[in-house]
Amino acid sequence: MSSFWSIWISVISLGTILGCFLLLRWCLQNKTGVEEGDDMHHEFDGIIEINNQLPKWWTIMFYVTIVWGLLYLMWYPGLGNFAGLSGWTSSNQGIKSLAESKAATEYALQNNKIVAYDREIAQANEFFGPIFEGYAKQPIEALAVDEEALKIGQRLFLQNCSQCHGSDARGQRGFPNLTDNDWLYGGKPENIKQTLLQGRQGAMPAWIDSMGEAGIEEVVAYALSLSGRKVDQQTADRGEARFAVCVACHGPDGKGNQALGAPNLTDNIWLYGGSTTAVTETLTNGRAGVMPSFKDTLGEQKIHLVAAYVYSLSLEE
Amino acid sequence: MNQTTQTLPEYNYKVVGQFAVMTVVWGIVGMSVGVLIAAQLIWPELNFETPWLTYSRLRPLHTNAVIFAFGGCALFATSYYVVQRTSQVRLFSDKLAAFTFWGWQAVIVLAALTLPQGLTSTKEYAELEWPIDILIALVWVAYLINFFGTMIIRKVSHIYVANWFYGAFIITVLVLHIANSMAIPVSFTKSYSLYGGAVDAMMQWWYGHNAVGFFLTAGFLGMMYYFVPKQAGRPVYSYRLSVIHFWALISLYIWAGPHHLHYTALPDWTQSLGMVMSVILFVPSWGGMINGIMTLSGAWHKLRTDPILRFLIVSLSFYGMSTFEGPMMAIKTVNALSHYTDWTIGHVHSGALGWVAMVSIGAVYHLIPVLFNKPSMYSTRLINTHFWLATVGVVLYIVAMWLSGVMQGLMWRAINTDGTLTYSFVQSLEASYKFYFIRFIGGCFVVAGMLTMAYNVFKTIRMPSEETTEDNAVAAPQAA
Repeated sequence: MSSFWSIWISVISLGTILGCFLLLRWCLQNKTGVEEGDDMHHEFDGIIEINNQLPKWWTIMFYVTIVWGLLYLMWYPGLGNFAGLSGWTSSNQGIKSLAESKAATEYALQNNKIVAYDREIAQANEFFGPIFEGYAKQPIEALAVDEEALKIGQRLFLQNCSQCHGSDARGQRGFPNLTDNDWLYGGKPENIKQTLLQGRQGAMPAWIDSMGEAGIEEVVAYALSLSGRKVDQQTADRGEARFAVCVACHGPDGKGNQALGAPNLTDNIWLYGGSTTAVTETLTNGRAGVMPSFKDTLGEQKIHLVAAYVYSLSLEE
Repeated sequence: MNQTTQTLPEYNYKVVGQFAVMTVVWGIVGMSVGVLIAAQLIWPELNFETPWLTYSRLRPLHTNAVIFAFGGCALFATSYYVVQRTSQVRLFSDKLAAFTFWGWQAVIVLAALTLPQGLTSTKEYAELEWPIDILIALVWVAYLINFFGTMIIRKVSHIYVANWFYGAFIITVLVLHIANSMAIPVSFTKSYSLYGGAVDAMMQWWYGHNAVGFFLTAGFLGMMYYFVPKQAGRPVYSYRLSVIHFWALISLYIWAGPHHLHYTALPDWTQSLGMVMSVILFVPSWGGMINGIMTLSGAWHKLRTDPILRFLIVSLSFYGMSTFEGPMMAIKTVNALSHYTDWTIGHVHSGALGWVAMVSIGAVYHLIPVLFNKPSMYSTRLINTHFWLATVGVVLYIVAMWLSGVMQGLMWRAINTDGTLTYSFVQSLEASYKFYFIRFIGGCFVVAGMLTMAYNVFKTIRMPSEETTEDNAVAAPQAA
């Protein structure tokens, strides 16, 4: 902020506190021209006011809070650009990128500035880091049968993943069930870890423009028939011919492709619902599923444990 | 009394009576909506799968109805009454008074029509869209002219302290409302705030906290300064205390907004200043409480027989409690525990139900017999019943929210030996249900009290009128 605003802020904030102090002093002296304990000689609709002294304990409290307030503003940032004598800040404010953040953290360390957030993170890493380092050295298959590791993995899952996948990991419409051993991008430990690290973007295109409503109806019938659903056979047959364009991702037999995240259409598991209406909507407008990357928020070591937990869910099946 | 030889001016009691009756009506409406949404937090199916009955749409309706409809009508009624009586002059303009009444009711009805439809500017306590905002500003300017106009033509030399508070409340609310509601309209029912990012958040809470500070505090302190000494028949304890606590209160309150944004993107210096001013503010706030309660010295026995006075004094106790709690919650370290939990909800309701509602209820019970020319309220026993319903209700409500809030804060920060959080959000929600139920019961008590009041007011207005229009028939049967 410019020095004008900095001075402006300092003057009006200190002025407010000083004003309270001076008025308190003034009120403590009896300048009313009326003797203490007497009434003020004005009367409003029958109400009179007594000229009593301010309660002493209350006055002391006022002084204490004013002194405390001024000390606080000396010690911490408060008066515009004045950083405070303690050198404390809550975080590196005003940074716009990860690189700037790292540079600011480094700068604060070298110049002995107290950045509260950085310090808390550093402390936590120092204290808890070794636990996660230890687990990171073990393979996911081993962790998936280690009760202590699974507990940590589950807690991390509940905090970070349950919002979409549910507390029991059974998912919901649009968010995969992680317990049914049906995998969009593969269920091996390394696949799961990769999904967590990098995130995934499912992209089912919209077909309404190229297929038209009638075409979509036919393909829907065929797609439903793949999992043994009863459909109008003639419509499904016409749909099979159109299915040629779907084969690129879902494969000639409709069993999907884990390299692309294209779902298996034959197992009667439906991410966006298996009703005719829902599947029609999927084909008409397309779908865009997003699994975010947790690399920056959780870090690889914690992801290792979450992957072990998710992997273990299918082992139980 | 020195005015016994003068002829008393013909006061405009019509507008006061209209606002006083609507205070009761909107109190029942606003608090009932509150009970409904409290129930929805326990039994979500009570939204009946109807968009306009969902919590998200009804919550702003509840806050607007209790603050601006119930609280607003109480402030209009009492300020118009007090400014006339303490200035010994009729209102500056009857036409402006009528405009403020009908204009304000129109604002309330428009709020009740638009908020459930989801039309909102999304600013807390300032959700109404821009055409209604303009109407509010017009009504408020008329209010300001009428109030200060009456003070200018007053027949007494000094301005009574109640009018300082009412005056500060009226001016500041106008400034806050206009500044925070600045927006660019894109259609008749949709607009976007003129401010962006952290500046928008700061503007919003500068407004938001001063809606508490000026609307819900300064205005009601004005009410307190008239009705407490009047009902107790005692002089105000200390003139000098009223001077220092008035000026300190209004100059410090305006800074307190940033404490709603601790640990956010708001710059550190703003957070520190907001916290420091909030903590100092504790002392002048208590100045008002002391002055009110000490006014009763020498008349404590009246509390045993006069439930109206009991409403007024208990409201001051709640005021003292919540103005201690507020500055404490504004301290960053405490805020780290209390923020985003039910503790905040409990704090707000100890202020809103304990202080604002109780002082208003006491004032309305005092006013109704005077305005409608009756010897007293229809039933003192029913006032007493209302007092206990309200007190038990408020205590149930705030204790439930304290327990729930502190529990949530502790659950959210609990960590395991491996540094992971011990509880997920849903677990803390599950643990809160029993407190939500107690809160719901508390709310039912409060609404039952308001219904008792409505019946009592209705019966009073239907009572035969007194023969004389003697001014001294103020409803203070015990006043010497």
